[in-house]
Amino acid sequence: MKRSWLPAVITCGVILFLFAPLGVLVVNSFNASRFGGEWEGFTWNWYEKLWSAGEVWESLWITLKIAVSASLAAMVLGTLAAYALHRFRSWLQNVHHMLITLPLVMPDILMGMSLLALFVLTGVETGLLTIWIAHVTFCLSFVTMVVLGRLQDFDFTLMDAARDLGATQAKAVKKVLVPLLLPGVLAGGLLAFTLSIDDYVITFFVSGPGTTTLPLRVASMMKTSRSLPMINALSTLLIASTFLVAVCSSRLQRRL
Amino acid sequence: MSLESRSARQWLISLPSLSWLAVFFVIPAILVIITAFRPADLQGGVGPGWTLATLREVQDPAYLPILWRTLWLSGATTVVCLALALPVAFQMARAGQRMRQVLLLLVVIPFLSNFLIRIFAWKSLLHPEGPLTKLLIGLHLIPENAVLLNHVGTVLLVLVYTQLPFAILPLYAAAEKFDFGLLDAARDLGAGPWRAFSKVFVPGVRRGIVSAAVMVFVCCLGQYVIPQLVGGTSDEMLGNKIAQRVFSDRNLPHASALAGGLMLAVLVPMLVIVLWQQIGRKEAE
Repeated sequence: MKRSWLPAVITCGVILFLFAPLGVLVVNSFNASRFGGEWEGFTWNWYEKLWSAGEVWESLWITLKIAVSASLAAMVLGTLAAYALHRFRSWLQNVHHMLITLPLVMPDILMGMSLLALFVLTGVETGLLTIWIAHVTFCLSFVTMVVLGRLQDFDFTLMDAARDLGATQAKAVKKVLVPLLLPGVLAGGLLAFTLSIDDYVITFFVSGPGTTTLPLRVASMMKTSRSLPMINALSTLLIASTFLVAVCSSRLQRRL
Repeated sequence: MSLESRSARQWLISLPSLSWLAVFFVIPAILVIITAFRPADLQGGVGPGWTLATLREVQDPAYLPILWRTLWLSGATTVVCLALALPVAFQMARAGQRMRQVLLLLVVIPFLSNFLIRIFAWKSLLHPEGPLTKLLIGLHLIPENAVLLNHVGTVLLVLVYTQLPFAILPLYAAAEKFDFGLLDAARDLGAGPWRAFSKVFVPGVRRGIVSAAVMVFVCCLGQYVIPQLVGGTSDEMLGNKIAQRVFSDRNLPHASALAGGLMLAVLVPMLVIVLWQQIGRKEAE
């Protein structure tokens, strides 16, 4: 039977739509023209300017510190949460599941606003710590969902087999459960890491003086037309690293 | 294992994430609603005592057009995203294993790319000196002095652009489980491709459609960066007002009243959907 070609055409169109703006950024990062309306020759100029923009690298450092520490914390909390959700059936887990799901559908602005209210009312100075708390909070749900997906494929009789063969509960967890779950946990951690690096709205609400993360820096660069071509160069580097992370993550999830 | 030790273990394993979410998600949400009833102080915090004045302030009729714009922009974005995402999810689920991985990666990469950068990309694409404007003028599709930026249509376009992966991913998850043999059966029984798609495939992935629609609609309701960056001053959404109350006016109670209203508008339908799905699951069992 002849299949309709319409879905294929729409799919190609959608992928073109998704990538065209990104492609323009990448091309313009090598364009000598400042506004990128026309091609005026190849240049490394914007990359050189970016290289010597110290404040950008400082922001990148802050962002990486937060992203690494927040995704590690989210990996621990999220893995425990996923294990509990998978192993137990009770009213407690129904509440738990609801609490894990709600942050996924909570608009960013509301999450930022409510955390800001918490910090203002309790008198906590906004800064690195408050950004870290916010990032752990929104990453937690994503990690839990990824690990939960992995646990659903896990054969728990393997644990019983290990126990039957004389392993203690702790040893069975360490030698059987953890190695088999690790790819899922790492994939969840990678997702948390990218979400943390990417976040602008929530970070904007809970940031303080001296904690300009990379997205906050990009936002302030967008206000001055002089630094616009530099954003093209920075974007190209970020898109390239996103691409690498996405490929690694899909490899991780495919293994096993 | 005894019942008590099982229950103790359950609490022990659940406690870290439960307490984290209680302290940094549930309590802050409640605080927002409480703050709406507190007076503002000049330092951007809250003063002593309680007041209903803020609730009267947010009933300002000037908010009505903004509320209406927020609703229709979110609704329109949801409809456009679903219309585009359904055929894409359909195509992805029917593709071979290898093609499927590639397509999935292609959808995920823009989704994981920096949000601000994606908006910036549209800003430079639609800039009066930008490539798209020049191309369209060159083809005489738009007048010489046309401005593509700072328009409510631009806001809708960029909303669709940023939300599209949120629609494709849940729909793909549903389409992957769909039995495509049903589609072939419908075709064998004489249904045309469109009829088979709309009468068999679409009802078959309706749970995916519901979660995609909720995801997109709710994310749009809280948007403020997109209207701020690519829209004009008359294209503001509710989120812009919340951000302005916090950062320009430093009036936390007023912002909390607006945010609290939005929060109730988001959470109540969510709870209804969760309950509806739980009932559905029970019936299925």
